[in-house]
Amino acid sequence: MILRPVISTLALRPAIRIRWHWTWLTPLVLFMGIMAGTAIGETPIALDTILKVLANQLWGAGYAVDRIDAGIIWNYRLSRAILAACCGAGLALAGVVLQALLRNPLADPFLMGISAGASTGAVAVTIAGFGAGVVTLSLGAFAGAGLAFGLVVMLAHAASSGTGGGRSTQAAGAIILAGIAGSQLFNALTAFIIARSASAEQARGIMFWLMGNLSGVRWEDVTLGLPTAVAGLLVCLWYRRALDAFTFGADSAASLGIPVRRVRGILIASMALVTAVMVSMVGAIGFVGLVIPHAMRFLVGSRHTRLVPASALAGAVFLIAADILSRILVPGQVLPIGVVTALVGAPAFALILVRGTRTK
Amino acid sequence: MRLAAERIDWSVHGHKLLNDVSLRVAPGETFGLIGPNGSGKTTLLRVLAGLRKPRTGRVLVNDASMYAMRQRDIARIIAFVEQQAETLDRIVVREAVALGRTPFLSALQPWSEQDDAIVAQALANVGMAHLADRLWHTLSGGERQRVHIARALAQQPRILLLDEPTNHLDIRHQLSILSLVRQLSVTVVIALHDLNQAMECDRIGVMDGGRLVDVGPPSQVLTAERLRHTFGVHADFLDDPVDHRRIMRFRSAL
Repeated sequence: MILRPVISTLALRPAIRIRWHWTWLTPLVLFMGIMAGTAIGETPIALDTILKVLANQLWGAGYAVDRIDAGIIWNYRLSRAILAACCGAGLALAGVVLQALLRNPLADPFLMGISAGASTGAVAVTIAGFGAGVVTLSLGAFAGAGLAFGLVVMLAHAASSGTGGGRSTQAAGAIILAGIAGSQLFNALTAFIIARSASAEQARGIMFWLMGNLSGVRWEDVTLGLPTAVAGLLVCLWYRRALDAFTFGADSAASLGIPVRRVRGILIASMALVTAVMVSMVGAIGFVGLVIPHAMRFLVGSRHTRLVPASALAGAVFLIAADILSRILVPGQVLPIGVVTALVGAPAFALILVRGTRTK
Repeated sequence: MRLAAERIDWSVHGHKLLNDVSLRVAPGETFGLIGPNGSGKTTLLRVLAGLRKPRTGRVLVNDASMYAMRQRDIARIIAFVEQQAETLDRIVVREAVALGRTPFLSALQPWSEQDDAIVAQALANVGMAHLADRLWHTLSGGERQRVHIARALAQQPRILLLDEPTNHLDIRHQLSILSLVRQLSVTVVIALHDLNQAMECDRIGVMDGGRLVDVGPPSQVLTAERLRHTFGVHADFLDDPVDHRRIMRFRSAL
């Protein structure tokens, strides 16, 4: 009780200056997360072996390391852990932005069908076989994501204006319903494309990928995923005050000097692109964009100067942890990572839903 | 600063909400907007704030068209207090008021001590300094309204637009907000429901069915004829024994 006012003045002051310890704590946490993701697995690997392999690869230190261990670490686990971090950060940021701009606590790239649209786009490209490189896949996914987002928002808009009145209270429900409709439509499209044109072999691979799968990750993926996540983070940080300005809605943002259409367009397009790139590499991983921003709002407040970096970091660590769990939960078998995030995310979703109705 | 509207038309779904509205507000003037529900007061304020661009007509700020200005530059001059803007975010009062500094900050320009001082002053002006660390959703309707006004003050505007700012306030805060608004050396356009409060404005404009039907000093505009015609009420005028100003007492017209 006595702590409450102290915490609120410390954590929620608007004169936000990034405290100095975050400048070393953030990279440290991220590094430890990636190390854990590399060390833990079916064959546990000692930390010093990992560091030796890192030293060998980065500046040719020439330590004697077991060939197989070195292969597992460098070609398999490290790239996987880094990409997991990128995806987690990217998806969490997409959640932060969508929730801020749509003024809706349940906005999330997965629930709103953006991930489903991206899957459809990526599958279409895979089957059509336009070279199927990481970039063409991402472009296909981006087209699908944009289409899905447009459709869902239009549908939600029509649904909430059709029933009239109480826009803010109904919008939350409308967007979820529209998201379900959009997800179903695009999942059906994906299933149709697979059934129509994929071979049995292809179909199996795609179905596994759809549930979220990091096992095929290579360095090539990291070279696309890392710049995308970093660019997404920079865009969000650049527009952090604009995101804050939407606190009381779009009109209020406009009267605070935000060119609403342009800012909204830039932010949503870039987050759709981030989501699309991530989905095209690892499949539709759900709930990261929902759980992480809400948890971070609770910890650091809802001002985006803090929320954006905190969510990116937490998303990265969360997805590495989810990936580790997916590998060790069932011995000898790798679960789709989407299963793990849903196990955490679905209860969190329910909690937000219940709390949301109670405050009304 | 001078604010002017020239021949504004605005319609939604074929309904004409504003019909050929022209208006000039002098620098430093407190201009009251009155009119029955649905007469177009809020719509006019939104157009004046630059939130809606009318199909015909234009808004001029110091004789320059608003539509040639950047949104950010408009926000450095004009602040707008909406009716009932709400949020579900967990923010404290000070953070809500700090949003008023948005047009003066950029991505690379950090928050400064001066911004802190401006926010503190704005909070003090509306009597909310002691609640600066309270969470938004724990505030009453009137307290929220005062926070919105403080946010507008933190914008340090030269033109302040207020949409029925006294709506949720208790009588003490109604009076203190109105006297604060009058004391500010900025141009003010304020929509009001209480006609006796409108008497305190320098000039008032009467909206009726999307038209601005009358403009002038309160004592000339608020006549028994006008009140019967636009508001559909019968008015008696009394003399205040303290300062000998006019008080209106209303009765149903029939």
